[in-house]
Amino acid sequence: MSDIADRVKKIVVEHLGVEEDKVTESASFIDDLGADSLDTVELVMAFEEEFGIEIPDDAAENIQTVGDAVKFITEAA
Amino acid sequence: MFDLKGKYALVTGASGGIGAEIARALHAGGAIVALSGTRVEPLEALAAELGEGAHVCPANLSDPESVEALPKAAITAMGGLDILVNNAGITRDGLSMRMSDDDWQSVIDVNLTAAFRLMRGSLRTMMKARWGRIINITSIVGQTGNPGQVNYAAAKAGLVGASKSMALEVASRGVTVNCVAPGFIATAMTDKLSEDQKSGLMGQIPVGRMGTPHEIAAAVRYLASPEAGYVTGSVLHVNGGMAMI
Repeated sequence: MSDIADRVKKIVVEHLGVEEDKVTESASFIDDLGADSLDTVELVMAFEEEFGIEIPDDAAENIQTVGDAVKFITEAA
Repeated sequence: MFDLKGKYALVTGASGGIGAEIARALHAGGAIVALSGTRVEPLEALAAELGEGAHVCPANLSDPESVEALPKAAITAMGGLDILVNNAGITRDGLSMRMSDDDWQSVIDVNLTAAFRLMRGSLRTMMKARWGRIINITSIVGQTGNPGQVNYAAAKAGLVGASKSMALEVASRGVTVNCVAPGFIATAMTDKLSEDQKSGLMGQIPVGRMGTPHEIAAAVRYLASPEAGYVTGSVLHVNGGMAMI
């Protein structure tokens, strides 16, 4: 896993309080990791801070899995 | 009880009668306060009166950019933001049939839209801290209506609906959103009423007198306190029994 993927994973584990091995690339925040809609907003905020980027609302809507987040951040960073 | 030590509070409309008293009450409870308003002079006088732990953050709430900048300015000045009191309000009274679009819109802009933007701008910090208090000062007329105040009553009623919705959204993050709804309080705003209007009003107030800004401030301090953590989405009426709703 890349450095970005590791950092994303760490944020997800900390924020959602889930087991590390559940945070796979295809894991959906809402369907697999038990996040609610507010959690997803908070995760996006946490990613913005961690990586010093801005994630616009329309892009944030499309970030539904761990892999989506890693892909977006890799392209934006 | 109701100790606010270590909390950071932003109060809008702090140059007005009720706002200044709210700032005093929060400061007396131990909070660091950011005093906002359009007129700098009374804000600075209040800051001087309060001494340490009082910051002046002027803002013009009819200017969207100024509104967006205010929470950030308050956080920079104080070092955090735990309590937001949306107290600022304007009136442009007139009968509905003669009310201009401007008078309608300016009251909605300042009393409702700016309050929403300030809430939105404060939430990130509060949600991260898993602790926050938002207190919106509404008005009895938001629920009872008042002739000549179709704009003001609409804005205040709107603020109640907005508060309840936001309360639902952020309750799980330790952030509460409540309203304090004053009845008739002796301030510059109610001084404008004629003697006839005032005596007519007295007959409708079971307690038999106007309220004081201090009585509003005390309600705000309670809702801002750790003890009020289980109270959210509520409207605390402080109106001398004028309307029991």
